[in-house]
Amino acid sequence: MPETLPPDCVGLVEPRTLHFSDPLPLACGQSLGEYDLVVETYGTLNEEASNAILICHALSGHHHAAGYYSLDDRKPGWWDSCIGPGKPIDTNRFYVVSVNNLGGCHGSTGPNTVNPATGQPYGPDFPVITVRDWVDSQIKLADRLGIQQWAAVVGGSLGGMQALQWAISYPDRLRHSVVIASTPRLTAQNIAFNEVARRAITSDPEFHGGRYYEHNTVPRRGLMLARMIGHITYLSDASMGEKFGRELREQAYQFGYDAEFQVESYLQYQGERFSESFDANTYLLMTRSLDYFDPAYEFNNDLAAALRHAQCEFLVLSFSSDWRFTPARSEELVNAMIAARCRVSYSEIDAPWGHDAFLIPTPRYMDTFSAYMDRVAREIGA
Amino acid sequence: MRADLEIIERWIQPESHVLDLGCGDGTLLSYLQGEKNATGFGLEISPEHVAECMNRGVNVIEQDLDEQGLGNFEDQSFDVVLMTQALQAVRRPDIMLDEMLRLGRESIVTFPNFAYWRLRWYLMWRGRMPESDTLPYKWYNTPNIHLCTFKDFEALCYRKDIQILNRTVVDSEHRYRWFNRLWPNMLGQIAIYRITR
Repeated sequence: MPETLPPDCVGLVEPRTLHFSDPLPLACGQSLGEYDLVVETYGTLNEEASNAILICHALSGHHHAAGYYSLDDRKPGWWDSCIGPGKPIDTNRFYVVSVNNLGGCHGSTGPNTVNPATGQPYGPDFPVITVRDWVDSQIKLADRLGIQQWAAVVGGSLGGMQALQWAISYPDRLRHSVVIASTPRLTAQNIAFNEVARRAITSDPEFHGGRYYEHNTVPRRGLMLARMIGHITYLSDASMGEKFGRELREQAYQFGYDAEFQVESYLQYQGERFSESFDANTYLLMTRSLDYFDPAYEFNNDLAAALRHAQCEFLVLSFSSDWRFTPARSEELVNAMIAARCRVSYSEIDAPWGHDAFLIPTPRYMDTFSAYMDRVAREIGA
Repeated sequence: MRADLEIIERWIQPESHVLDLGCGDGTLLSYLQGEKNATGFGLEISPEHVAECMNRGVNVIEQDLDEQGLGNFEDQSFDVVLMTQALQAVRRPDIMLDEMLRLGRESIVTFPNFAYWRLRWYLMWRGRMPESDTLPYKWYNTPNIHLCTFKDFEALCYRKDIQILNRTVVDSEHRYRWFNRLWPNMLGQIAIYRITR
């Protein structure tokens, strides 16, 4: 708990809920009649509304990207390392909008929201939302906030996919797309990990076909397992080795099957905490959305063709030890951008933290990110 | 402004699509974007330089020419491929020249002349590997692993059927001197070649 807030922090923040009553057509063929989006904003929108940045979140993320809700908060928002005064996304220069995606479980309409048609939570009836659908909902958000063109759309991992989809879906509505630790499509191995996570949830007896709300229960064990397997893919062998090694909780082996190694109890702790705060149906939805993302699919699997209409400039960053979305996946994206004659800059940041490196403010990452965002700000006179 | 930029700029058509191999802090590309409305990319491996390029608004791709090659670029996808003061530092300059002319209609290459009279003098009188303001390294730590002379370079071009369109010979400050042209392989310090196939 911070006694006072650090000077490079956006301070105390508050989310707000925006209601949209125009139906949103979805990739699956259904449409959402009305929906809420929860957002947080940091900084001040300038007169021309040209200094706005959209932050897109990853699988387990939400709208609370920076700052604190109260001085009693143990931790700030999930990307506080990069958003704030003097940080790469400098709130003295930019107006930052951070949104909880549709299908999420932190306030925006999702499976745990009451379906106005039935008076019950949507549960498994909530439609699968794709990255493209999210971008379609975010454009409504931009319209509502009076933002004709984002200075940049920025995201890591699944958030990077949204930044990329923005450039393809709405070329004239953003100046820069910043795609960090992401990929133009999941590999079979990525999908396989997602499937194990989904099976863990759906095979939990408390899942009840996704209608656990009605049974006043939660598939906690399944969600916990899903998070544990996911969490392993966010770290690297080296970072786990450094953090835990083969350290035991007790002095010696207990010759049993409880959590004896520190890494075991860490994963259990992470899984338990996650299962208390995250919705299982949202986890299914987010992983499916990851699986489906493939902007090249509609262009004969030619990613360059998908990117040919993009008008924005791109920054693509990868991390050397990320084995979930490896640097090779980012390079595949960059090569397609080069072939499509997009304006793109790319850097592979040397960092040992695996996929999670995009959340950790290592000097080289911060320097590169800041150098780029400084130019984005200068271009719009911010 | 750096004198070599001015020389190179003259050989680049407006609106050219340019690839700069080993682009450093992006000075050259930034200049060409401003003066010639050029587009394109720089390739660079130093993280500091990559960040400087990004800050300048130069498209930069972090890529190691020796380790990764240029296989990710399509044939004839650039008007001009540039390489300033780096050919002597790549693992295989001959293959690099082929690659440059595969990607671009033309290439512009600059490199230090190892037959410059002071270097000859240094080796002859001291009997040690030459050092100079253009080559400020020891033999064991130099990145310049394939130093050559103007004659060597031209012989390689001849063997590879590479056509030399222009050659400018300058001193270490990239200034023209009348004596550079008189006896370039003896008196010139840096050569700037424009080549094609």
